[in-house]
Amino acid sequence: MNGARAILKALEMQGVELIFGHPGGTIMPTYDALYDSSIRHVLVRHEQGGIHAATGYARASGRVGVVMATSGPGALNLVTGLQDALMDSTPVVAITGNVPQHLIGTDAFQEADVVGITQPVTKHNMQVRNVNDIPRAIAEAFYIASTGRPGPVLLDFPKDVQLAEFTGSFDVVVDLPGYKPTYKGHPRQIERALEALGKAERPVLMVGGGAQHASAEITELALKTGLPVIPTLMGLGVFPGTHPQCLGMPGMHGSVAANRAIQYADTILAIGLRFDDRVTGKISRFAPHAHTVIHVDIDPAEIGKLVKTSIPVVGDAKWVAAELVKGAKKLNLSKWWAQLEEWKTKYPFAWKPKPYLQSQEVIQAFWEATRGRAVVTSGVGQHQMFVAQFFKFDRPRTWINSGGLGTMGVGLPFAIGAALARPDELVIDFDGDGSFQMTLQELATLKKLNLNVKIVILNNGFLGMVRQWQDLFHGRRYSEVYLADSNPDFAKLAEAYGIPGLTLTDKAQLQDAVKAVLAQPGPVLLDARVYHEEGVFPMIPSGGAAEDMIIENPREAVAGD
Amino acid sequence: MRHLVSVLVQDRPGVLQRIAGLLARRGFNIESLAVGRTHLEGLSRISLVVSGDDAVLEQVEKQLNRLIEVIKVTDHDEPHVERELALVKVSIAGLEERMEVKDIAEAFRARIVDVAKRSIIFELTGDTTKVNNFIEALRPYGLLEVMRTGAVGMSRGEQVLRVREKKAV
Ligand SMILES: Cc1ncc(C[n+]2csc(CCOP(=O)(O)OP(=O)(O)O)c2C)c(N)n1
Repeated sequence: MNGARAILKALEMQGVELIFGHPGGTIMPTYDALYDSSIRHVLVRHEQGGIHAATGYARASGRVGVVMATSGPGALNLVTGLQDALMDSTPVVAITGNVPQHLIGTDAFQEADVVGITQPVTKHNMQVRNVNDIPRAIAEAFYIASTGRPGPVLLDFPKDVQLAEFTGSFDVVVDLPGYKPTYKGHPRQIERALEALGKAERPVLMVGGGAQHASAEITELALKTGLPVIPTLMGLGVFPGTHPQCLGMPGMHGSVAANRAIQYADTILAIGLRFDDRVTGKISRFAPHAHTVIHVDIDPAEIGKLVKTSIPVVGDAKWVAAELVKGAKKLNLSKWWAQLEEWKTKYPFAWKPKPYLQSQEVIQAFWEATRGRAVVTSGVGQHQMFVAQFFKFDRPRTWINSGGLGTMGVGLPFAIGAALARPDELVIDFDGDGSFQMTLQELATLKKLNLNVKIVILNNGFLGMVRQWQDLFHGRRYSEVYLADSNPDFAKLAEAYGIPGLTLTDKAQLQDAVKAVLAQPGPVLLDARVYHEEGVFPMIPSGGAAEDMIIENPREAVAGD
Repeated sequence: MRHLVSVLVQDRPGVLQRIAGLLARRGFNIESLAVGRTHLEGLSRISLVVSGDDAVLEQVEKQLNRLIEVIKVTDHDEPHVERELALVKVSIAGLEERMEVKDIAEAFRARIVDVAKRSIIFELTGDTTKVNNFIEALRPYGLLEVMRTGAVGMSRGEQVLRVREKKAV
């Protein structure tokens, strides 16, 4: 067997069932071997779509997503998606071809230093130079991608390695002396955490994307203790969003209740989150009264990186949460809860009704019509924040968006990946007219697969989030954010790909449109023409702190509508 | 604060680039970096000098530990031996200067490794301060070239940087 066959056999042995990819000269031997493999391949129309789909697959399933690309331009099209997966800790393995070894370093056709270029955007990467190393390299890649803090791993295979005769063994043991993730949190630290919680008067439980697999344990912990829960953007769904103990997400566009709770908290228990600046705002003014910060994370480098931690617990969120549950007691927080309830009821996420269709009501209508039984993806921008605010996520792994990198264009490929990972689920991609246009060629992939993906474009005719900042901070000078004069007719565009397309302009037609979209089997695109100058509020201006929060649109508060 | 950090790494392609790149990307200030093989097959050892407060040092160590090839990281705050090698080429105008420069070298226990008509090359080992002082002492005579390896270091006594015991995952 040649190296290419060995690659596929090793992937099969890892349980891989699906690869997203796009072929080309240097990866052709592996595509040839794919012809005889049991592994299913999904042909995407752009490698960026491929890696985002693999990421969506991984996030929805908890398994490793796999993407394959050719050398040079193909491999480089993975870069954004690799960094996206790195920042949101997603297990992905990327397989790339490269020019034969005798051409490496000669500026050969379609040569690029892929290992060098992708070093900063992967958890690990390597070029496999000896055909007999293939099984070990693949086993290591999957092990590294899926254990500890998950992340993307890239393996680069020169073409001659794919063509060489394989004489090695598939019987490999992964032994990486420098890589031994700690899963079990230190018992003494866990004990200290429980003691601190017992003494706390105003505690909060913050949960992040690193806790998506620990939903059951964290829910149990919250219910047993009565702690208020604050899921970050990446942590939505870890704890039911409709539960009264949920305060909503914190941060720049978070809820008043969540941000105030953190601002006044004396004790923070943070599990599987990294205190991103979109969550903390100005770090020196973050949680000024929290004398105790308990930080649980599998990556020791995250602990104490930004926020001073009094009780560090290095370990897996699931394992540590289960231990905390064992020792946890019901806390007496009635005074604290009275305050939290007041903030919750006084400042819910809300919007001012307008005569025009609004993004928030479209999202809310879909949430009500599905009762939240959907896996939801989005692009990046205002629409993403509106989904996070108005679609209540009650289950883990049902909200797949780009948190850390904020990558426009992930919505559709994430949705394709998620639909393949969870064929039993309805998948909705709430997208922006700007974001959608970055990867819309994947409509072809969607058409081919005929997946149950509903695309809802919240079409405001603007790069809305940028327009909002220009509105608030640049004297309303709308520099290069207008799209409406040259947007395509999205419904017709979908039709061109053979996907049913609908346009919604009138507020009064909203319920009918939602019904029509959900009633159609298979993919559908809805172009919802929403109010063009909406703002996302509340908002903490970049670099501000919780007390700087702008609760409602100052423009509307002053001028009315 | 200046810190000497020792890093034991698996000798795989690109590991040095990975380490240097990681530190540069994260904005850590590297004063010097020296690398070489160890007595153990497949393992290299790196000595890094970084500057920063304790929080910076902690992040340097934690970030290095994230790299798959990094087996062990330690900072030498305990008693340790630190050495640097320098080659210094000095210009010599006349006989008198030559004698003076030789006297300085003797005081520092530097060795002469090359003598030419108008220049001498010295070799000096010592800790960074000693090398600095030697260079400063020679500066008035006209430094032509200075090449330093950067500091390498090792803990005194029993303490050794070794491969971590195997731990079940
Ligand atoms: C690839 C990429 N380029 C640029 C940006 C900067 N950016 C953030 S939000 C945004 C506007 C998004 O517009 P749209 O997708 O229409 O969503 P809206 O904000 O209008 O809901 C831009 C340009 C980004 N996040 N990603």
